[in-house]
Amino acid sequence: MNIHEYQGKDLLRQYGVPVPNGKVAFTVDEAVKAAESLDSKVKVVKAQIHAGGRGKAGGVKLAKSLDEVRTYAEELLGKTLVTHQTGPEGKEVKRLLIEEGSDIKSEYYIGLVLDRDSSRIVMMGSEEGGTEIEEVAAKTPEKIFKETIDPAIGLLPFQAKRLAFNINIPTELVNKAAKFMIGLYNVFIEKDCSIAEINPLVTTGDGQVIALDAKLNFDDNALYRHPEILELRDLAEEDEKEIEASKYDLNYTALDGNIGMMVNGAGLAMATMDIIKFYGGEPANFLDVGGGATAEKVTAAFKIILSDPNVKGIVVNIFGGIMKCDDIATGVIQATKEVGLEIPLVVRLEGTNVELGKKLLNESGLNITAAESMADAAQKIVSLVK
Amino acid sequence: MSVYVNKDTKVVVQGITGSQGLFHTKQMLEYGTKVVAGTNPGKGGTEVEGVPVFNTVSEAVAKTGANVSIIYVPPAFAADAIVEAVDAEVDLVICITEGIPVLDMVKVKRYMEGKKTRLIGPNCPGVITPEETKIGIMPGYIHKKGHVGIVSRSGTLTYEAVHQLSEANIGQSTAVGIGGDPVNGTNFIDVLKAFNEDDDTYAVIMIGEIGGNAEEEAAKWIHENMDKPAIGFIGGQTAPPGKRMGHAGAIVSGGQGTAAAKIETLNSYGIKVADTPAVIGETLISVLKEKGIYEKCLVD
Repeated sequence: MNIHEYQGKDLLRQYGVPVPNGKVAFTVDEAVKAAESLDSKVKVVKAQIHAGGRGKAGGVKLAKSLDEVRTYAEELLGKTLVTHQTGPEGKEVKRLLIEEGSDIKSEYYIGLVLDRDSSRIVMMGSEEGGTEIEEVAAKTPEKIFKETIDPAIGLLPFQAKRLAFNINIPTELVNKAAKFMIGLYNVFIEKDCSIAEINPLVTTGDGQVIALDAKLNFDDNALYRHPEILELRDLAEEDEKEIEASKYDLNYTALDGNIGMMVNGAGLAMATMDIIKFYGGEPANFLDVGGGATAEKVTAAFKIILSDPNVKGIVVNIFGGIMKCDDIATGVIQATKEVGLEIPLVVRLEGTNVELGKKLLNESGLNITAAESMADAAQKIVSLVK
Repeated sequence: MSVYVNKDTKVVVQGITGSQGLFHTKQMLEYGTKVVAGTNPGKGGTEVEGVPVFNTVSEAVAKTGANVSIIYVPPAFAADAIVEAVDAEVDLVICITEGIPVLDMVKVKRYMEGKKTRLIGPNCPGVITPEETKIGIMPGYIHKKGHVGIVSRSGTLTYEAVHQLSEANIGQSTAVGIGGDPVNGTNFIDVLKAFNEDDDTYAVIMIGEIGGNAEEEAAKWIHENMDKPAIGFIGGQTAPPGKRMGHAGAIVSGGQGTAAAKIETLNSYGIKVADTPAVIGETLISVLKEKGIYEKCLVD
């Protein structure tokens, strides 16, 4: 799960990680009021959307007066911001962060992420702050330094200081930087983050070490033990169909094509996307109904697929292991009757009770095209939507 | 022979009284798996499907000689369950549970360092040695006993591959699902090593997917160490960057872990990759014929 920058900074503040003073604003008046309460001469008006690259897209403005704060707030609220992470459709700005401007001396990068090779959390640092870390990794990998953290004892002060020295933080600020890093690590562990990125971390003219931006992502599987994080979820930032799918415990991801798809198992679902594309089609979604799909779940899945206006046909690919093919067939029939299907539907069933499942589909009187294999299903649906 | 499990393996089911645990215990017993014990703290002394239930894993191991544990407990309690099984010193723990928090698994892996127990999973379908033992949730009937080893990050895709093999009368020595999570107990190379040392395995299929670089490292290992033919398949060739494809581990991030890069690496090490999931069986058969071991791999 993603949260907004201002929410991330609130969390950091709770853990003693320095961030600029600032307030969230939902309206222009709130923005001006927030600016009035801040001390600095320059105020920063920052669009709050769940995507990076806001600066380049014109989502971050420096205001030298309250009038300018008003002007920028008017301009940004309601504006659709297109960054390299939003996709071409962009994202509408509904919240602003009004923040004190900082006297920036140098910019750095600090990030925490899982290292799959060592199965441990790694803190990465670089003196190339303000640039995306992927870009630094590609162009100047020697400028990225890493500290692997032992979960039994956590990030140790010597590691944090070593990282600070390696990325050339001025000696007199190394202790402050180390304290910053340990605070960030504590947030990461205690709140079950999947990513914590500070880009940039800055040193200021008056000798502070501050998080100028904050990107925190959380492990969805751990949200059950963090109701306080779940409260920060902003549904307006998420795909409606994905929200609906999560209610039924369906794994759904919207894609750009026109072939809707329902599969059991993530691996098989990915492979089904691939084979559709192999035969010249474009999947409209990734949808894994999971191992224990019921008729109710199948119906919900169908409704979600059909709510995408781009969908011109649906393919169902089920390898019933524990899940029985007759149960799937019942679900498909029920859903089709309920939703009123007017587009082609290709069904491939294999596995437990497959004959019974096929019989149910054949006798349903519905316009369903049966497929004998995965390849057959993909070829049939691709030719039907053309 | 086979890898990890065989007809003599004695299984303890952690979470045997839950709906999943109960259902799959029945299925495993039906397949012929020696399920000798179950656990549920508080229900010790009772029986489920004729299997004695104990309060703790160590008690179950001491009283029944169970040497492999399978875990069906919910995600919030699964890390604890794995550690309990490791503490009871079973040889192998197979964790089926999906959705364990990553940081829980980071701690579990740290705890397991230097311990004798191997972990397979989590978020995996388990391990099957056809016609001997099934320790997991896979449909047993699609398998045939034979000589092709399968290792995979995905459950249903493994079934697909197994089905294609069995339809073509090619049997399997053991099929191992290592799971789709970013932190897991056993990786491709561990299983490939085991297959390489197993006299009954003549060829191997590796089924990978986007995310991480485990497939690349496995390909390098195969090239340098494996003296048996291996083929691959990589799922997620069309997955867009930044979107998580069901498995927590299946995500293309920062240009890393793409299917194209994985396939290129496999090919560069001389490992054939099936173009589509529908031709995994065919691709293997063509290699078996090339190596002159096709007849040897057919089921009698």
